This record gives sequence, C-alpha cells and structure tokens, in this order.
Amino acid sequence: MSRISKEQVKHVADLARLSFSEEEIEKFTTQLDAIIGFAEQLNELDTTNVEPTSHVLDIKNVLREDVAVPGLPREEVLKNAPDHKDGLFRVPSILE
Amino acid sequence: MSLFDHKMRDLHELLQKKEVSVSDLVDESFKRISEVEGKVQAFLTLDEENARNKAKQLDEKLAGGDSTGILFGMPIGIKDNIVTKGVRTTCASKILENFDPIYDATVMQKLHNAETVMIGKLNMDEFAMGGSTETSHYQRTYNPWNLDYVPGGSSGGSAAAVAAGEVPFTLGSDTGGSIRQPAAYCGVVGLKPTYGRVSRFGLVAFASSLDQIGPITRNVEDNAYLLQAISGVDPYDSTSANLPVPNYVEQLTGDVKGLRIAVPKEYLGEGVQASVRNAILEALKVLEKLGATWEEVSLPHSKYGVATYYLLASSEASSNLARFDGIRYGYRAQGAENLIDLYKKTRSEGFGDEVKRRIMLGTFALSSGYYDAYYKKAQQVRTLIKQDFDKVFEKYDVILGPTAPTPAFKIGAQIDDPLTMYANDLLTIPVNLAGVPGISVPCGFDNGLPIGLQIIGKHFDEATVYRVAHAFEQATDYHKQKPQL
Repeated sequence: MSRISKEQVKHVADLARLSFSEEEIEKFTTQLDAIIGFAEQLNELDTTNVEPTSHVLDIKNVLREDVAVPGLPREEVLKNAPDHKDGLFRVPSILE
Repeated sequence: MSLFDHKMRDLHELLQKKEVSVSDLVDESFKRISEVEGKVQAFLTLDEENARNKAKQLDEKLAGGDSTGILFGMPIGIKDNIVTKGVRTTCASKILENFDPIYDATVMQKLHNAETVMIGKLNMDEFAMGGSTETSHYQRTYNPWNLDYVPGGSSGGSAAAVAAGEVPFTLGSDTGGSIRQPAAYCGVVGLKPTYGRVSRFGLVAFASSLDQIGPITRNVEDNAYLLQAISGVDPYDSTSANLPVPNYVEQLTGDVKGLRIAVPKEYLGEGVQASVRNAILEALKVLEKLGATWEEVSLPHSKYGVATYYLLASSEASSNLARFDGIRYGYRAQGAENLIDLYKKTRSEGFGDEVKRRIMLGTFALSSGYYDAYYKKAQQVRTLIKQDFDKVFEKYDVILGPTAPTPAFKIGAQIDDPLTMYANDLLTIPVNLAGVPGISVPCGFDNGLPIGLQIIGKHFDEATVYRVAHAFEQATDYHKQKPQL
C-alpha cells in the first residue's frame, strides 16, 4: 500500500514552493513513499512520555544587552540581488 | 618529497628559521594543484592572486622578525558552504552560482587572525546533502586512491584535496558524517567537534541542530592545532558554548594506559563489511598493547539513527532553505508571472534533485497532520539515542568503531538509490544526533582503498578523542601512506 499519493506530493510541493513535471511527480512519489516507509520503523518504539530533543545543549534563551550596532551597508546588501531599484529589492507584481 | 609531508609544527619551525617562506608553501600548493587537480577536481574556486599577495605580505612580516603563531602562513582550503568575504561561495548549488559573500564566517575571521592563507573553495554535495560529492551541481570529485571511486561526502573536496597533497589542511562541515566519512574514504584525519564547540556563524545552514564545522588534516596533531584556532564562544551564534577551549596539543601524550574503550556490538554487526570489521579488531589490539582495555557494549537505538536523522535533518533543511527565493541573492528564474511563480520557478531550476527530495520530505514531516507522527516522533527517538550514549559514557572514556560500514564505493553506484546512499552514514549519524565529538583516523586498507577508525568522546571532551587517535596513529603507519596520482 502506498503511504503517499501523487496528490499529496503535489500539495507538499506547493507548500515547499517547488514545481514539478508529471514525470517528476511520479518519481518523487515513488521515492518519498520508500523513504517514508523506511522512516516508519520508528513506530516500533514506544515513545510515550519521552521528551523530544530539539538540540543537545543545555542552553536556553541566550540574552544580550539591547544595544544598537551598525548594520551592513545598503549597497553591499544589494550587491547580490538579482534585481533592485532605488535601494530596494525588486520583485514581480504581488497584487493582481 | 613534498613540503606538505611535514606536519604543521615542523613547517612552522622551517618558517621561523627562514628555511622556507610562506610563498614557498603557497607555491607548493598551486604546483601540486596544477599537477593533480585535473584528475581529482577537489576545488570549485581557486583564489590564487589573493593567496600569493597574502603570502608576500606575510613573508615581509616574517622578515621583520615579528613572532608568529603556529598557523601563520599555513595554506588552507575551505568547504564551499562556509562564507568567505569577496570569494564566491556556492554550496555547490546552481542557486548560489554567483554569490559573493559580504561578510566572513566566524571561522574565517579566526583563520585570518591566525594569518593562514586561503587557497580556494572546495567541492561538496549540494548544500552538504549527500555522501559522495556527486550531487554537486558543478563537478564530480574523484577519490585520489582510485579515481573510479567517490571521495565520500559531503566534504568530499575537503578530504580529497588533503589526500592528494593539494593543501595540507582544510575545513569541512558535518551534519550526519560529512567530515568523518570522506576522511575515512580518503585516508585522512577528520574531526566533527561537539555541537557548540565551533561557531556556525557563516556556515550556510543545512540542519541547524546538527551542523558543525571541523578540520581535515593529514595527522592528528595538525587537526588539534586547527580545532584550537577555530573553537570558542561567538556572540553571533547563540548555540556556541561559553566554555574555555583546552590546549588540545598539550594533551597528545601518547598515553592511553587504563583507558576504558566501549565497542558497540551494533558497530561491528550486520551491514559492516568483513575487511572493515577486521581492521577495527586489529586497531583494538594496537590500543590494548598500549595499555587500554575494551569491552563490548550496546547502543540499542543505533539502528533507528538513519530514519531519525533523515526526518529531522530534512525538516530543518526545508525550513533553512526557504531563504533561497531569488530575491535577495542567488539565481533568479526568468519569465515569472507573479511572486509565487517566481519562487517556484527559481527554486525548481536552482536546486538539484537530492536537495528537492529532502525539502519535500522535510516539508511533509512538518506539515499539518503529520508533524506528530514524523517530526515529533523522530525528536523523541533522538532523546533515546542520546541516552544510549550518556549511559555508555558513565562507564567508558571513548566509544570505538568503524567510521563507515564499507570503504569508498564506485562513482555512480548509488546515486539513483537514496536509501542505500543514506545507509553509508549508519555509524556517523548517531554521533550528530547525540551532539558528541567524533574523529576518523586511517586504520587500514581494502584493495587499496582506505578504512577509517571512528573514535567518539563525551561532550566537549575532544582532548581525549585526540589523545586516543594520536596514540593509535603513532603506533601505526597508515597515515604515512600516500595515494599514487
């Protein structure tokens, strides 16, 4: 039984801001299905009352003094932008 | 005889005595690169002009009689996911084809302060996702021991360049084995530090709770010197640990008498090739002769490491890689109709298949309705894996096993089979999940391909890991062997 359908893969692709051809959807569905199937071995383990670990260090909220420091120069920041105008990043129209 | 057959300490002395100049070291690097790079293809970018200018400056400083640190004038190569101001940084991805960083990673800042000379940027799997350096958008890298084989990955360029003698020292990054596995495949020394030992500021993030930068070198002492230089707390990385950095080299005493070694039965079991298992058993004999003792233990949740890792690392990656949208930097697709279309086209054209696969897996695992079943479940299993290590370290000083279940595999052999590829990281992944340090040192050969011994330590106990690795290295001569290119 397949664990993930082509429709689900299309939905996930949309969430991930990726687009695929029908052929690629086919391939990704098969591969993701296999990987998810493999991952389901974790269900063999009873993890009731086991705390999740998000990272291993015993560090919580690291704070610093709220002191303003100079940021990066605007021209530098825009240097790698594919498109910019008047000191701003330029994107295609957002409103219809 | 290459200048790079000398260890760092000897090169340092030669510089002090004016028998060798920094320019000589940099020349040696570019000479070797011109001889073998056509075969190995370890570098994505060479920074020759800057390197030669820097060498001249440093030579003047040396002539002026200034006292210099151990890393002064040392040529170094950097994995291409560590940002280098003014030097193209691609992560081996099309999406960062022309990315020219406007700041330096903290490790680069530290290397500049130590007055090293950067030779160039090294090939890797795209965004460090892979175990063979085959997912690089730009080129393959070939294993210097046998050009039909992969160098490992994702830091394949960093390991191959050291093995081929192009540079004596490199930095790599390790999320699930990406320093140790290529070090094993290429017969060099590679350390993944404790999570938090080295600042991640300026390391292009893959999986933030697992990533660490670490050194790849020809011997353990050089590795310790390099780690010393790049370690420490950093205000720009709030997960860097505010702990003193010990003098690692001072502790390379060669003494392992009374050391208690744990050997997990899972690390010599199913899936581990006989030649690898035998090499590890031989290594244990060497350490026994030096006065250490070993016992078999169990890390019962090891076998769940790979599945746990792929869920967690991919989830973190799907979030981290959301920043590549074609707006602020990097590749932008043409002909998009609106903003969403621009994101989709840019990302679909800019990322390779393995990166897309992991973004998809991660997005799925984090998506509504699946979060608890996959992401949270994997975080819980991560706790169990970490507890396995904690328990063993109550009674033992280090854990020993192979770095990888097999030596290097042939180019193209696994690239279409993600699950087989993932299984190569079986023995390195649990170390990242637990956040402890691990090193790979050469411990044998199978058909001319190197085998790596993995030594794993307690949190922030790189000193013991290095001491054991160094004692083993001094008692054997695997690290002295060089590939014929």
